[in-house]
Amino acid sequence: MQTKPRLLTVLDFVTAALFVLATGMVFFYAPLEAVMGQVQRVFYFHVAAGWVGMLSFLVAAIAGVVYLTSTNRKWDIVSLSAIEIGIVFAFINIVSGSIWARPIWNTWWTWDPRLTTATVMELIYAAYLMLRQGIEDPDRRARFGAVYAIVGFVSVPLTFFSARLFRTIHPIVIGTNEAGAEGDFDMTPMMLQTFMFSLLTFTFIFADLLWHRIRVGRLADKVEQLRLKTIE
Amino acid sequence: MTRDTQDTVRNPLLSFSRALSAVVWKDLSAEMRSRELLSAMLVFALLVILIFNFALDLDPKTRQESTITAGVLWVIFTFAGTLGLNRSMAVEKDRGCIDGLLLAPVDRSAIYFGKTIANLVFMLIVEIIVLPIYSLLYNVNLFQPGLLLVTLLGSVGYVAVGTLLATMAVQARTRDVLLPILLFPVVLPIVLGAVKASGGFLDGIEMAEIRPWLNLLVVYDIIFIAIAFMVFDFVVEE
Repeated sequence: MQTKPRLLTVLDFVTAALFVLATGMVFFYAPLEAVMGQVQRVFYFHVAAGWVGMLSFLVAAIAGVVYLTSTNRKWDIVSLSAIEIGIVFAFINIVSGSIWARPIWNTWWTWDPRLTTATVMELIYAAYLMLRQGIEDPDRRARFGAVYAIVGFVSVPLTFFSARLFRTIHPIVIGTNEAGAEGDFDMTPMMLQTFMFSLLTFTFIFADLLWHRIRVGRLADKVEQLRLKTIE
Repeated sequence: MTRDTQDTVRNPLLSFSRALSAVVWKDLSAEMRSRELLSAMLVFALLVILIFNFALDLDPKTRQESTITAGVLWVIFTFAGTLGLNRSMAVEKDRGCIDGLLLAPVDRSAIYFGKTIANLVFMLIVEIIVLPIYSLLYNVNLFQPGLLLVTLLGSVGYVAVGTLLATMAVQARTRDVLLPILLFPVVLPIVLGAVKASGGFLDGIEMAEIRPWLNLLVVYDIIFIAIAFMVFDFVVEE
């Protein structure tokens, strides 16, 4: 516990190398998109960040279920760690999307289903952090956190579906587009490779950050327990 | 052993429904005596109408689209609903009633469903009073069977999630501000579906176009009643 595992150090270096490589691919390997130009390059990390956001919240919800059935504090730390990472990446996703949308849609923001869902997701998990902050008892905090992580995650697809009943203009790059999607494009093989590589890289970043955050969480847990002991 | 208890021992469903109705009845009779919850919700609802009247122009003659009516109605219901949910759980917590309830040898889900049904009754009472007042003030007929159905479906989902989250919120330090923050992002599909469906009924749109929204409300209700039922134990556990 005290010493950093060898494997984590390896993962750190691999992740850093992948990230440098992915950035290089985005700027130099992937061809320039004909219509949108340079701003299209945001797409690779934009989608990858969104993917990490969703993955984090999924991990958090699953860890929440496992915590409720096992009441092992370890899973509460996993859930909280995943949510903190998810909030950051979902935010990167929103901001990078806005940067892309300004020249392509001619607006920073529109109430498209994906954008709406992304915002609501951020708000749900901000509420999650506030809920945790308001509770002192560690066990109760863990239980409530797990319950809210589950409830929040289940509501996300419903939010997406309900917002989708309005017409969408967000492009779907993989799969078929609805008529009226603005800013869509077909990927060339080199674009697809860059895209897949970005997804892989960001998944590594997620795993690496999660591991670090869990270690910090365990230490914080220990500190809290020691503090509670001295109060008693 | 009296006949009553013999019956309940033999039939678990009967004992469940008895516990359930006891919880509901406790809430309703407490409210009948104090009337603090309903009066607060109602006055608040009227104040929201008043504020919207001046913040937005609510006259349907100048406002052609009826989405504004549906929207304002659901803002009233969600805000007044939060007030009611918070109060209904805070009363249990403050006077230590929740501990008494939990000590009772009944299934915890009976407590959840009892509180949910009581909260639903309060919300429906508020809605039944607000709808005619709104109809009267703005000269629109809100008493259409479709609209009433949407109101019911929306309220069921809202209260099902709201009761669960209010139970958590009252146990936190920042409880008064916490409930709306927890509830609103999760309950968004209900608000969206209810506003679109009520607007559709008010505009007299074809049923085929309203049905997806009704389906959404029903699906939401079922999913969240099921989830709340499963996790409520963890929320009240000591």
